[in-house]
Amino acid sequence: MAVELETTPVLEARALGKTLGGNRVLDAVSLALPKGCVKVLIGPSGAGKSTLLQCLNFLIPPDSGTISLEGREVNAKSKRELCALRQQVGMIFQDFNLFDHLSALENVRVALMKVKGMSKLDAGELALAELARVGLADKAALYPANLSGGQKQRVAIARALAMDPKVMLLDEPTSALDPELIGEVLAVIRDLAQNGMTMIMATHQISFSASLADEFLFMEKGRVIEAGSPAELLRRDSGSRTKAFCAKISELTGEADDMGGECKV
Amino acid sequence: MDFTLAYNAAHEALPYMLGGVVWTVGLIVGAMLLGLAFGVPLAVLHVYGPWPVRRAVSTYVWLFRGIPILVQMYIFYFGLLAWLSGLPLFAGLGLDSPFVAAVLVLGLTSSAYQSQIFRGAIQSLHAGQLKAARALGMTDAQAIRSIILPQALRLSIPGWSNEYSILLKDSALAFTIGVVEIMARMRAIASTTHEPVSMTFLAGIIFFVLTWVGVKALNILESRVRIAGYTRQGAA
Ligand SMILES: Nc1ncnc2c1ncn2[C@@H]1O[C@H](COP(=O)(O)OP(=O)(O)OP(=O)(O)O)[C@@H](O)[C@H]1O
Ligand SMILES: [Mg+2]
Repeated sequence: MAVELETTPVLEARALGKTLGGNRVLDAVSLALPKGCVKVLIGPSGAGKSTLLQCLNFLIPPDSGTISLEGREVNAKSKRELCALRQQVGMIFQDFNLFDHLSALENVRVALMKVKGMSKLDAGELALAELARVGLADKAALYPANLSGGQKQRVAIARALAMDPKVMLLDEPTSALDPELIGEVLAVIRDLAQNGMTMIMATHQISFSASLADEFLFMEKGRVIEAGSPAELLRRDSGSRTKAFCAKISELTGEADDMGGECKV
Repeated sequence: MDFTLAYNAAHEALPYMLGGVVWTVGLIVGAMLLGLAFGVPLAVLHVYGPWPVRRAVSTYVWLFRGIPILVQMYIFYFGLLAWLSGLPLFAGLGLDSPFVAAVLVLGLTSSAYQSQIFRGAIQSLHAGQLKAARALGMTDAQAIRSIILPQALRLSIPGWSNEYSILLKDSALAFTIGVVEIMARMRAIASTTHEPVSMTFLAGIIFFVLTWVGVKALNILESRVRIAGYTRQGAA
């Protein structure tokens, strides 16, 4: 971490503000993602996690604040700069958002051809390699409707990775999945983290993310109110909001043993 | 009524009536294509355009849906096109032909209806796909062209069948400005043979067959381009 402080963060947000329907959804949120770090956003529903993640690549334009990619501030008014930013920032959605009319392979290939201008052949080859990386080479020809939820999310991850992003934004990547399918997606995410991908992920998978994250960010009412290493925030006697929230989740999901174990870290 | 007589009259009239099919088919193919060419961009503007544009599209749709085809035929044929073809710039382009006027009226009206078919289809798509396309760095134009429209057009085919059969029947109004399609021939032949009932019946059969063939063809197209496992409600 000491080394990371000296280098420019891959992605940095300063004082992001957003009001939606008269609601202060983001209130001067700042964060920096140094290269190779994994940060995890937790917090109650409506805290602003999704809004924050989508502001980072201007899918939701923030009302105020700035975003810099590798030290260069993005000019939100320039469509060209926005497209350039988004090419370098991968995003994973809770409900996958695969293109329904395209096969798994075509889902991964389409942006390579349209955005990066690659030939169909090169794009297809790369797409297949990315699908292999998430363990889906044999499903390349299937359409989204014929894939399981876990497979869909892995295709979505392959699609984002194919663009060779500098950072990944993941918004509750496993929340829409049946419990037995969560593991396969988490395995891919763990793999990514171990290979040094810079990431920020909103999730309720406390135990999993505690084992992965460099930092937990606890959000409430549009603000990051606690930040620290998972070990620190989840310590039994930390008295942190994070700890209290995490204990509540484990109670609700009935995975008290599993979660409790991790929470005690 | 003597059925043998009626049958013989219809039998004799058939080749002449079928000659009208060429004009009818020309009218509806021209109108469907014109409606498609205008309807798709209108629908896209109606959904994604800034509000003044959306307003303008609504007005266009409202106008063409509101004015009866017959009135439009008169306005275009005797008014607008007659005037335009008198201008040196448009002279000799054949703008004063009744066929051109009829295709324009049917096509523009169809574009108003088709734009609403496409708009419904676009809006039935889950908004997340557009978000995902943008998140990959696609421009809105790229996303609409390669993600939204391929799906919306597939979903529009049932609506198109409907539009086709309506257009086919509306095309019969073209005889009022002198296009020698099926209806015009039916009337001409009915007045010379004094067999109006059998001629009307014959015209009805021809229209029915045309409807059946077109709707069948669109059904085949629909199943050809169907996405594996995909239902209108979206994938499970
Ligand atoms: N278009 C909108 N208009 C008004 N309010 C909105 C709009 N979109 C989101 N909000 C509000 O903004 C707040 C933050 O929403 P957001 O989706 O970012 O929360 P979240 O932390 O991701 O929650 P969850 O855990 O449920 O996904 C919520 O209170 C929500 O109701
Ligand atoms: Mg959310």
